[in-house]
Formats: sequence, C-alpha cells, structure tokens
Amino acid sequence: MKIKKTKSRLVFEVCNTIFLCLMVFITLYPLWYVVVASFSESNALMRHGGNLLYWPLDFTFDAYLKAFTNQSILSGYRNTLFIVVVGVIISMILSSVGAYFLSCRDVMFKKPVTILILFTMWFSGGLIPFYIAVRDIKLNGSLWSLIIPTAISTYNMIILRTAFDSVPDSLEESAYLDGAGHWLILFRIMLPLSKATIAVIALYYGVGYWNAWFNASIFLQGNTDKWPLQLVLRQILIANDTSSMTQGVSVGDQEKIGESIKYAVIVIATLPILCVYPFVQKYFVKGVMIGAVKG
Amino acid sequence: MLPAGSHSAAQNGGIEMKSKPIQETKTLDARLRRDFRKNKSLYLMVLPVLAFYIYFCYKPMYGVLIAFQDFNFRAGMTGSPWVGLENFRRFFADPYFFRNIKNTLVISLASIVFGFPAPILLALLINEVGNRYFKKTVQTITYMPYFISLVVLCSMVKSFVASDGIITRLVNILTGGTIEESMLNYAGLFVPIYVISDIWQQVGWGSIIYLAALSGIDQELYDAADVDGAGHIKKLIHVTLPCLSQTIIVLLILRLGGILSVGYEKIILLTNAYNAESSEILSYYIYKKGIAGGEYGLATAAGLFNSVINCIFVVGANYISRKFSDTSLW
Repeated sequence: MKIKKTKSRLVFEVCNTIFLCLMVFITLYPLWYVVVASFSESNALMRHGGNLLYWPLDFTFDAYLKAFTNQSILSGYRNTLFIVVVGVIISMILSSVGAYFLSCRDVMFKKPVTILILFTMWFSGGLIPFYIAVRDIKLNGSLWSLIIPTAISTYNMIILRTAFDSVPDSLEESAYLDGAGHWLILFRIMLPLSKATIAVIALYYGVGYWNAWFNASIFLQGNTDKWPLQLVLRQILIANDTSSMTQGVSVGDQEKIGESIKYAVIVIATLPILCVYPFVQKYFVKGVMIGAVKG
Repeated sequence: MLPAGSHSAAQNGGIEMKSKPIQETKTLDARLRRDFRKNKSLYLMVLPVLAFYIYFCYKPMYGVLIAFQDFNFRAGMTGSPWVGLENFRRFFADPYFFRNIKNTLVISLASIVFGFPAPILLALLINEVGNRYFKKTVQTITYMPYFISLVVLCSMVKSFVASDGIITRLVNILTGGTIEESMLNYAGLFVPIYVISDIWQQVGWGSIIYLAALSGIDQELYDAADVDGAGHIKKLIHVTLPCLSQTIIVLLILRLGGILSVGYEKIILLTNAYNAESSEILSYYIYKKGIAGGEYGLATAAGLFNSVINCIFVVGANYISRKFSDTSLW
C-alpha cells in the first residue's frame, strides 16, 4: 500500500533517518577509534589527547608487534582457543543429548527430568556455593574449570529442544521400527534435520566461551599461564598493568607505549568475533526469534 | 526468556496425555519394565546431563545451608560449625548494608527507566524506515556491540572517560565543566556511565524482539485505521503500542523481577576506591566478602537474602501485572 506523504510525515522521515545515522555513528565510532588508535604512534596519540580521531597518527604496527611478541597474550590466545573448541564440542554434545531426551515421546521419567532442569532457570544456589562445589572436585587451577561447570546453558538447550520437537514424529517412529536406537535417531535424524539451530547454538556457546573471564578469575587465581585471553586483557587493560610488555623502558615511556598497546590488544581480542559477525548475524537473530516465539 | 520454559512444560503435558490411554491398562511395574527396556540407552545418554544439573545446580542449592555455618574448606560442609543466624546478623549489621541495597536499587532503576524503553524506541524508529537496505544496515550495525566482551567494553569505557579521553573532553565542552581526572573517579558519575554503556551495548540486540513483534502486526489493522482517518501518531497509540503491549509487559516483569540482581561482573571491572560510594552493590559485596575475603558463610547469607528478595519481586511483579492487565508469566 502506498502511503500518501504529508509534509509532517516527510519531516519525520528526514529526522528519523538523521537520528538512525547518528545511532550508527555512535555505535561505530568507538570501535573505529580503537582501531585507529591501535595503529597510531604512541607519542602522537598522547599529544593528541581527547580530540576526535579519524585516521591513524603516524601509522605504525609497533603496538601489534609488541602485543604479538608478548608471552601472556600468546598463551592467553592458546588457552582461549582450547576453551572455545573443546568447550563448544562438550556443550553441544551435552545439550543435544539433553534436548533429545526432553523432546522424546513416550518416556516415563521425562516430566520429572524436565521439571528438574527448568527449575534451575529460576533458582540457583548463588556464587559461593557454586564456587565451593567446583573446588570440592578439585577443578580449580585447571582449564576444565572454565568448561565443565558452565557446559550447559538451559536456555540454549530449550531452543534446541524446540528444533527437535519440530522434526516430524513419523520419522522417529519409522526409524525406531527399522531397529534404530536412540543414538542413531539422534545423530542420523535429529541433528542433520536441525542444522540451522545447531549452528546458532554452537555460535552462542562459542561467543560465550570466548568472552568469559569471571570464572577464570576465581578458579585460576594463581595460574597466570592458564589464563584465557579475556583475563589477560583485564590484567592489561583494567588493572593497567602493561609492565610485562614494556620491560626495559623508562617509566615515562611506559605509559605512552601502554596507551597504543591497549588499543591493539582490544582489537586482537575482538576482531575474531567481529569478523565472523556479519556472516553469522542472521543466525544469531534467528536464535532470538526462536526464543521469542516460545515466550 | 523465562516464559519459554513454562510454555513448553504445558506442551509436554499435552503430548503425554495423548499417549496415556494405551498404557493405563498395564500395572506400574510392567510399565516401568517396558519403559526401561525401550529407553535404556536414552537414560544412559542423559546421565551426564543429569549429573551436570545435580552437581552444578542442585548441590549449590543445598550448599546454601552454609549461610548458617562458619564454613571453612578444611572442615567442609559436614565439619564446619553451625552458627544459626549469626551470618545474617553480621550481614544486616554491616555499616554498608543500606548503602549496598541503595546502590543496587539505584543502578537497577536507572537501567530500567532509561535502558528498558530504549530498544522499544529504536525498534519503532527502525520499523518506520522504508528503504530495505538502510534498515538492514542499521540493524546489523546496532546489534554488533552485543558481542563485544565485557572486559573490552569496560576498558573502552575506561579509556574514553579517562582524564584525556574523548568522552571527558566532550562532556567538558558541552557542560563547560572542568573534569580533570577520570570520570570514573566521581561517585556521582558512576551510574550514568554504567547505564549509558549498557544501553550502547544492548539497545540494538534488545530491539530484535520488538521488531519481530512489530512485523507480526496485521496490516489490516493499519488499513482500518487509515479508513477511520487516523494519522501516524494515532496509529502508533491505537494500533502499534497495544499490539506490542504483551511483549513489553512480559519483558518488564522479568526486568522488575531482577531488580535486586544487578550482576557483579561489570561492577568488578569498573569500580575503584573513588566511586565505591555508588558502585558497590549487593552482588559485588557477595563477591568481595566471599571470593576475595574468604567469608563464605557471610557471603552465602547475603546471597540467600538476595535470592529471597528476588523471588518476592518476581512473584509480586507478576501478581500486579495479572491484576491490572491480562498478561502474566504464569
């Protein structure tokens, strides 16, 4: 239907477009600033102070060279890669199995198990008892403490269950009559038929593992060599400790060098996610929709 | 997202009822045996999942009992002495008790007042855009910050509001102020910094759900409004908003229910000695006392208090919503 445009409507549309462009600018500029600052020469950046920055000052790769030769960042990267890869695999296996169980028909203990699982979306023991439970099985101090205690997100599992529910029952039934067991039905029918949702959930888990830092900060307190990237970042960026990277430099210079290293480190830690983002955006959004439709 | 659960539980009920009549004739024993024969491998495969929930969700729930103990790791839960309500007494007697509650409420309320309507507004504005490509671009870009990690977000905030950061500079120009150190060092500026950075990160992502609801509105309603001579404002008030109201209310109930559950992660990353006056909240207190201070009993007591209040808020918000509108979570 064609809307006849009145004058006030036109004014609104122009204002709306300007406002949304402003939103885009406000969203993008901080990110752009970080990228530009990371390629800038530290002294120039310091002199520049709080002025708007549109283009790198005295373009240089110095900050990246320093960051990439830094041991804690490299080991952080390694640890994070391990956590993301292994974590996503474990999370996906557990979640699909759980979701499959919740979507199965004709299982006597389905209802109590469903209640048992859903209940945890509303109530939890809180931080301290959780911390104690993890320490009790001696997980602290190991990278597994960042994977196992958070392996299942109930919300993600429920989304998966919805996907499995939408697979026609007749398929399962005929497979069962052909002698297929539950494992076969799950891996040969359920998973292949819900590829899109599987992708969404794997991405959700992946981003979650990539960005997580808090559990590492409480379970890996002393083991800096096992820290994931985000915790290393926190040490460098928030606690303002660039000393490990600027050894052998006078105190005055340290602060200057630290400034552009900080931005380079932010780029290093965020780029993988933002690079993948445009391609997978529609899947992420799809995940929200699946969640919302059920609400 | 929580209503998802209750809805699907209802679905289960429906499915189970369908299969009942066949089984009813058999005895419980026979049914159990048949079930195990058919689903043995299913129960076996779900065992790790159950173990996860029991150990990492239910054991901590039971572990809440250490709120009544003087817990230490060497003695464990069985060996630690019981101290009754001592932990709670100490928690309530803490000189910062009221400050922590107040800070939690202020941050929470500010987030709701400014952060809750923001995605609705953005969705309404995006919805008005005619050009498909422009719409898509705005959406793609505004969703992006959601995936930036909290550590990175907070360090960006920290350097932008530092003494020579661009935001500090901007604020000084706009207000004619003379802020000479990091804006995070002013207790009065902590809440705005917290809330604005939250909105920056989440407004786009939050708008997805409203955009979905908006695209679900029947075009005929607008056509009918056109026939009745309604302008754009009238259509917004009488068609669009009523159609969104269900989504808005459900999400608002969830937000109100979580009013005392502001997370500690962002606080840990942004707090410092100067802004502690307005940044130290209940969950941060639990973290500080429990993890950093080793006072496990006290921190668990504070956590239990927090959960109970949360529970009351969720139930209360739901009750009010059911009373004044037809929408509720359960």
